Amino acid sequence: MHFTKPSPPSDDKRWRIVEATMRRHGYDHNALIETLHSVQQTFGYLDTEALQYVAKALRVPLSKVYGVATFYHFFTLKPQGEHTCVVCMGTACYIKGAPHVVAAISEKYQIQPGETTADGKLSLLTARCIGACGLAPAVVFDGEVAGKVTPEEALQRIGRWTDQ
Amino acid sequence: MTPEELRRLAESHEEARPEPRHCIKVCVAAGCLSAGSDRVREALQNEIAQRGLENECEVKGVGCLGLCTAGPLMLVEPDGVMYQRVTEEDAPAIVESLGKKSVEQLVCPSDMSFFTKQYKIVLENSGVIDPEKIEDYIARDGYTALARVLEEMTPQEVIDEITRSGLRGRGGAGYPTGLKWSTVAKAGGSRKFVICNADEGDPGAFMDRSVLESDPHRVLEGMAIAAYAVGASQGFLYVRAEYPLAVKRLRTAIRQAERLGLLGNNICGTTFSFHVDIRLGAGAFVCGEETALIASIEGKRGQPRPRPPYPAEYGLWGYPTLINNVETFANVAPIIRNGGDWFASIGTEKSKGTKVFALAGRVRNTGLIEVPMGITLREIIFDIGGGIPDGHRFKAVQTGGPSGGCIPEQYLDMPVDYDSLAKVGSIMGSGGMIVMDETSCMVDVAKFFMDFCVSESCGKCVPCRVGTAQMYHLLNKITSGEATMEDLALLEELCDMVKYTSLCGLGQTAPNPVLSTLQYFREEYIAHIVDKQCPAGVCQMRQ
Ligand SMILES: Cc1cc2nc3c(=O)[nH]c(=O)nc-3n(C[C@H](O)[C@H](O)[C@H](O)COP(=O)(O)O)c2cc1C
Ligand code: SF4
Ligand code: FES
Ligand code: FES
Repeated sequence: MHFTKPSPPSDDKRWRIVEATMRRHGYDHNALIETLHSVQQTFGYLDTEALQYVAKALRVPLSKVYGVATFYHFFTLKPQGEHTCVVCMGTACYIKGAPHVVAAISEKYQIQPGETTADGKLSLLTARCIGACGLAPAVVFDGEVAGKVTPEEALQRIGRWTDQ
Repeated sequence: MTPEELRRLAESHEEARPEPRHCIKVCVAAGCLSAGSDRVREALQNEIAQRGLENECEVKGVGCLGLCTAGPLMLVEPDGVMYQRVTEEDAPAIVESLGKKSVEQLVCPSDMSFFTKQYKIVLENSGVIDPEKIEDYIARDGYTALARVLEEMTPQEVIDEITRSGLRGRGGAGYPTGLKWSTVAKAGGSRKFVICNADEGDPGAFMDRSVLESDPHRVLEGMAIAAYAVGASQGFLYVRAEYPLAVKRLRTAIRQAERLGLLGNNICGTTFSFHVDIRLGAGAFVCGEETALIASIEGKRGQPRPRPPYPAEYGLWGYPTLINNVETFANVAPIIRNGGDWFASIGTEKSKGTKVFALAGRVRNTGLIEVPMGITLREIIFDIGGGIPDGHRFKAVQTGGPSGGCIPEQYLDMPVDYDSLAKVGSIMGSGGMIVMDETSCMVDVAKFFMDFCVSESCGKCVPCRVGTAQMYHLLNKITSGEATMEDLALLEELCDMVKYTSLCGLGQTAPNPVLSTLQYFREEYIAHIVDKQCPAGVCQMRQ
């Protein structure tokens, strides 16, 4: 059966990375999760257009693509803020005071975990163990892991982003 | 292939270079990286370049050295000195000291019980070799077990050796590995698969991550031996997407092994072929469950299905599939190299070998440890762990994560093995060990794990989806001082219901943290309910 590949949602060159992932897996429907990883890594999140495109390209029903995208916590359907602060809420960090770090940030910036400030500057997220339990509580500031973080330190690090 | 031939093979792929006299091994695993070890490594490299010592001294990035809390850690060879809490400013002094007197104030005493009480099999290369160099692994007898298996042993002999070792699965349940291999080997099928479970979802554990980041080839070698034993030619490594460094190192390792003919087609010139692919998880704890993991590799939502049939008979795409944990595979090559009897001589009667634990929480020496089975909890927490800091008192140790329980002081002298831990209401689990002191509220801890189960429940079956939410609600009522004794009775009833009627291990074990804290710390529940008080001062009472 002949199958014409759908074209990407836009002529953004980054779609080539996503196409390469699908090509490597022979446009097999089993590669759905790999493809979504590729989209998220490239664009930072999965929007509706991306999901529709992936559904067509891998010949998977859109409902299934949406089902998979929402099942896994790693995928996000919303764009993130300019900066992200991920507080580890794994057991070791929880015991060592991570909830105080979250509370301090929540209070100062008026956002709950999973939310972004109105100006789009800061997203606050939580994670389950990032593998630095020996240095609990651990916080990831824009991809950089910091250990033994106090609420004051966390606010100070974030302040450097928001006060500019 | 002899070890000598293996070494020559590895060397022929590396250009000749004079062996430097000194080597500084800087830990670049997650813990030390977060303490700035990459900047220290750079400072050391600059210092060496400035002094023109590039041919004399090499700086190597290695995996976790164990005592993560004292990071950044580094080991200077051949002096054998370990330095702790090193900063960039220390670089000149360290380079200056090479081959001379060590830098006193940075020395981490390697004769402390943290190091001397450990027994390393799985972690023997961790912190020693450069995980991105297959030559380093081969120089430490890497791939000799695979070569020997292919040359001298039948698949059945391999299975017999593993069975003789008494190795049990390190993924949590402790199923005998030899028996599992034998079932898959006997299953009929035109194709078979081997899967390595590296989903490591226990929120407070990082053993598998450390093994993958510090010594990836060991896991690949174990998988290849398993594939030969059960008759598979394709393997998958299912790794958490949250572990990008582990993924990167595994990709490098697979490429290197393929280049040397240690993976891929006709391994070591035999008719045996084995290919390994990586599949990324996407942050769903339930995907650590084997049938959910298989669904996820197939590109679906990771929801468990009823067993039997077990994956050994009906697994990936319906074919017989062997699933083992990272640490289980990491034990395979040493067992083949040293014999099953050697392995069986370590540990206790029913739990052989060693176990890797991520020691964390309210304990002085937090980090990654490997101990012989049968060691007592007291030895782990007070000798290796150095006890409870800041003058606090030990209260409980949590093992097994959301499926495990809290073990109180009266059992500190109990040996650590599968059966003893189960007897006191916890489980060995994958190796998370969180120490708590009197500043932790046990009801709050139970609530923490229940919250985890609520958000990780896949929603497929009602007892788990609705039951865990109800239990969370009741625990929340208790911690806010709004509960009655009837609520407690209801909570206990729900524990039983969820435990016995859930479809998969997640639901079946979700009540464990509640059950064990109720068993040993019931008075804390009562204090919240009757006195409207949190003895540890953690919970905010609304009344
Ligand atoms: C909810 C749930 C989560 C699990 N998570 C993991 C995991 O992260 N890693 C793992 O190796 N096994 C995990 N398991 C156990 C696996 O289902 C399986 O038993 C194990 O991978 C088998 O390997 P082993 O025999 O080497 O232990 C989990 C089980 C359940 C029920
Ligand atoms: S017990 Fe929970 S996680 Fe397991 S299948 Fe049922 S709902 Fe899903
Ligand atoms: S629990 Fe936070 S890093 Fe492991
Ligand atoms: S991360 Fe460096 S010692 Fe564990």
